[in-house]
Amino acid sequence: MTYLRPKFRHPESPKNNLGYTRQYYEGALSTLCAGCGHDSISGAIIQACFEIDLEPHRLAKLSGIGCSSKTPTYFLGNSHGFNSVHGRMPSVATGANLANRDLIYLGVSGDGDSASIGMGQFVHAIRRNLNIVYIVMNNGCYGLTKGQDSATADVGSVNKSGAANQFSTIDLVGLALELGATFVGRSFSGDKAQLVPMIKAAMAHRGFAFIDVLSPCVTFNNNPGSTKSYDYVRAHLEATAAVDYVPFKSEITASYPEGTGKTIRLHDDSEIRLRKLASGWDPTDRGLAFARLQESRSNNEILTGLIYLDPNRKDLHEMLDTVGQPLNTLTEQDLCPGQSALEAINAENR
Amino acid sequence: MRLTATNDFVIRFANVNGTGSSSANNLFAKSIFRMGIPVAPKNIFPSNIQGLQTWYDVRVSEKGYLGRRDGVDIMVSVNPQSMKEDVATVRPNGYFIYDNSRPLDKSLQREDIHYIGIPMIRLCQQNFESPRQQQLLKNVIYVGALATLLDMEIEVVKSLISEQFRKKEKLIPLNFKALELGVEYIKAHYEYPLGLQVKRRDKVPGHIMIDGNTACGLGAIYAGATVAAWYPITPSTSVVQAFEKYAQRLRTDPETGRRKYAVVQAEDELAAIGVVIGAMWNGARAFTATSGPGVSLMNEFIGLAYFAEIPVVLIDVQRGGPSTGMPTRTQQSDLLLAAYASHGDTKHPLLFPSTPKECFEMTADAFDLAERLQTPVLVMTDLDLGMNDHISPPFEWDEARQYDRGKVLGAEDLDRLQEWGRYLDIDGDGIPYRTLPGTHPTKGSYFTRGTSKDEFARYTENGDAYVRNMDRLLVKWGTAKEAVPAPEFFQQKNESRDGILFFGTSSYPAMEAMDDLRAAGHQLDAMRLKAFPFGKAVSDFIDTHDRIYVVEQNRDAQMRTLLINELDINPQKLVSVLAYDGFPITADRIRTHVLGEPSNRGN
Repeated sequence: MTYLRPKFRHPESPKNNLGYTRQYYEGALSTLCAGCGHDSISGAIIQACFEIDLEPHRLAKLSGIGCSSKTPTYFLGNSHGFNSVHGRMPSVATGANLANRDLIYLGVSGDGDSASIGMGQFVHAIRRNLNIVYIVMNNGCYGLTKGQDSATADVGSVNKSGAANQFSTIDLVGLALELGATFVGRSFSGDKAQLVPMIKAAMAHRGFAFIDVLSPCVTFNNNPGSTKSYDYVRAHLEATAAVDYVPFKSEITASYPEGTGKTIRLHDDSEIRLRKLASGWDPTDRGLAFARLQESRSNNEILTGLIYLDPNRKDLHEMLDTVGQPLNTLTEQDLCPGQSALEAINAENR
Repeated sequence: MRLTATNDFVIRFANVNGTGSSSANNLFAKSIFRMGIPVAPKNIFPSNIQGLQTWYDVRVSEKGYLGRRDGVDIMVSVNPQSMKEDVATVRPNGYFIYDNSRPLDKSLQREDIHYIGIPMIRLCQQNFESPRQQQLLKNVIYVGALATLLDMEIEVVKSLISEQFRKKEKLIPLNFKALELGVEYIKAHYEYPLGLQVKRRDKVPGHIMIDGNTACGLGAIYAGATVAAWYPITPSTSVVQAFEKYAQRLRTDPETGRRKYAVVQAEDELAAIGVVIGAMWNGARAFTATSGPGVSLMNEFIGLAYFAEIPVVLIDVQRGGPSTGMPTRTQQSDLLLAAYASHGDTKHPLLFPSTPKECFEMTADAFDLAERLQTPVLVMTDLDLGMNDHISPPFEWDEARQYDRGKVLGAEDLDRLQEWGRYLDIDGDGIPYRTLPGTHPTKGSYFTRGTSKDEFARYTENGDAYVRNMDRLLVKWGTAKEAVPAPEFFQQKNESRDGILFFGTSSYPAMEAMDDLRAAGHQLDAMRLKAFPFGKAVSDFIDTHDRIYVVEQNRDAQMRTLLINELDINPQKLVSVLAYDGFPITADRIRTHVLGEPSNRGN
């Protein structure tokens, strides 16, 4: 863990349009192991929220149980947070979202939390296209109980005690794609240049935005033979494109040569721009995404970047056709039908 | 000899499920209700959709005894599968009505009962075309026959048919014809009316006839629930279905057609209560409905809500356990499970409705209590109350009633306060103040967690802080004791050294048993529990009697255990009267037990 945090900050630390410094988006001191990938992801979340001028009270952060699920304590200290029970964050987030559709929901989970104990809730939240940013900090092992294999460990990956995993791996990206997730990305905790804009784009997306972030466990799964170690992941990364997120208000300043970029407009008129697009790649084509994912697996590559995006599908609220006003703001006048309606119901049952 | 009585008998219909019998049987029961006579129908059905035997008991009681009574005075037997058993169930001098399209087997003939054969299948085949029509209308034929045999007002039956098929008017003449076939057949072949008769009274003025699950769903509507999350399970399924039905009607924005509610059929009960917790945490009123197996699954989350102090409303429509148990039979056997649900030191307020009106009111009250106390509140109903129609006083709603949203701080409160801690007990009642996400740009955020924390919601494993928090939760528990509904007493002051204590669906049978016992010279003081934890009124009643009969519908005397455990009562003082065969307890069962004639059967 990190024992010391300098209190001194540069008096002229840059401020965003709300007048907040990056520090304002930080949380409590991390108690994770020094060098943990998760802390880098927390840093990316902080950076993304700082850059999009997030008002912290407009976001609620939720998690399950595990090392990854501890991280919401370490970022966005001025937002409401909810550390729920193991594998059940998706249902709590679903309820929270139904109560108030106007907030941003950031769900943080791990591979044990989402791919094992919480698999049921993970897949059903995707089916419902819950409007949430869902980050899995994926290290292929159970850190908090000292290094057991998780369901995302690759076949043949060797853990710290020297045993190779024999069981089929669960690829959460492939699964999310199969189940109809409307935003599917993968990144690496060590690649903030890719991760920060991806988180920003995910926050602007309306629907289930899934980001699988490979996040090596320095203590229990960073050994030779592990396919989730820093060295292995770095050596096998393959990006689909570089992602830029352009908020609605921004002026368009850059243009891209024909054929190398693509712009996708989101529901709030912000844009995702893809640069250095791999040849023949179109992340709005689900079939292509499947094929590309399969191809990368065969080549032992870890495909990263924005893998699939459907900005137009209805989210849970739209499917349930709820009113635009958050349900938690409705009052007796909106909700209680009163005595006369009750008398009519009484009459029907006489 | 023939049984004779007016407005006091039990009739049982023996049907095959999936044949449309239950709506015909309901037609019969409701006709009696419309004639101003208290009536208690109970559907006894298998865990099956089509093809197995099902029974429908109707107790008619001018005195208002609405509990189940053993012994059948009139059997309407239209199911060959169960005929042997059905013949045996009829009381001596009673009546056995059957389909004589085929002759009755000799083994089914008893000397001491009266047989009334009606060729239902033959009449249907002669008068109706499609096989489905024949199947459905057969049931209406026996309703017509019964109406004549019991001297009922046939116009009452007809007006109910007209109402039932208001939207399918072309079915009305067909049903009238079937009814008439039954009437005419009896008039042509039998002496009528029987010794058992129905005479118009005015014993249920203004009352309604409705099931408890519908009442709970409606209670949630009136309480302002906007989120319902559930997983289908007998016998609770119709709670959320009723909520959705009324919400469609009463909560759809007239201008936009959009909904002021959200219903999520979750992937399991764990997710259902998770959704409720998330919504309540975020300030919407939310609830779930389930039965025992669902409560078992929800245990971990219930503990989280208790410890993190998040309101939850859970309606538990109890059925026969353990395990899958008897999914279509009734019990009050989730009491201990519900009272202490989850690991660690936990306990939760429970409410015990005994009529549909109380299902409506207590569901609504549960939201106020849950938000006031910031804790899960469970409404403990059961299959008998939930799935059967009951006559009930009409529902009422005080227009001036405001929802009690509990101690929730708004932005202005936060600006005014010098200091705020999520788990600080400012008022001495053990209940802290909470905030909702999105309330204030810079104040009032905190981290909700199931792990131990200090008064300011900061994670800590410090033993002292943990103990302070657990002890504050006990202070809150003390507040809950007087916040929940007080018991109902049936006497101004004590009149006996012996008392009887009951709750929920044991109430009508217990009240009937008290009348019987009083007639036999045994006066009992009575208390009907409406809630857990027990307040002072409960302990005073027990303390001021030598012996208390505790009536409940489970094997292990769970309410007795709760009383002993929570109030430190000498166990010798509490005498159990139990029933756990899956059928609602009877007055007879209670009476014989109090008189010291216990049987070994579960009922």
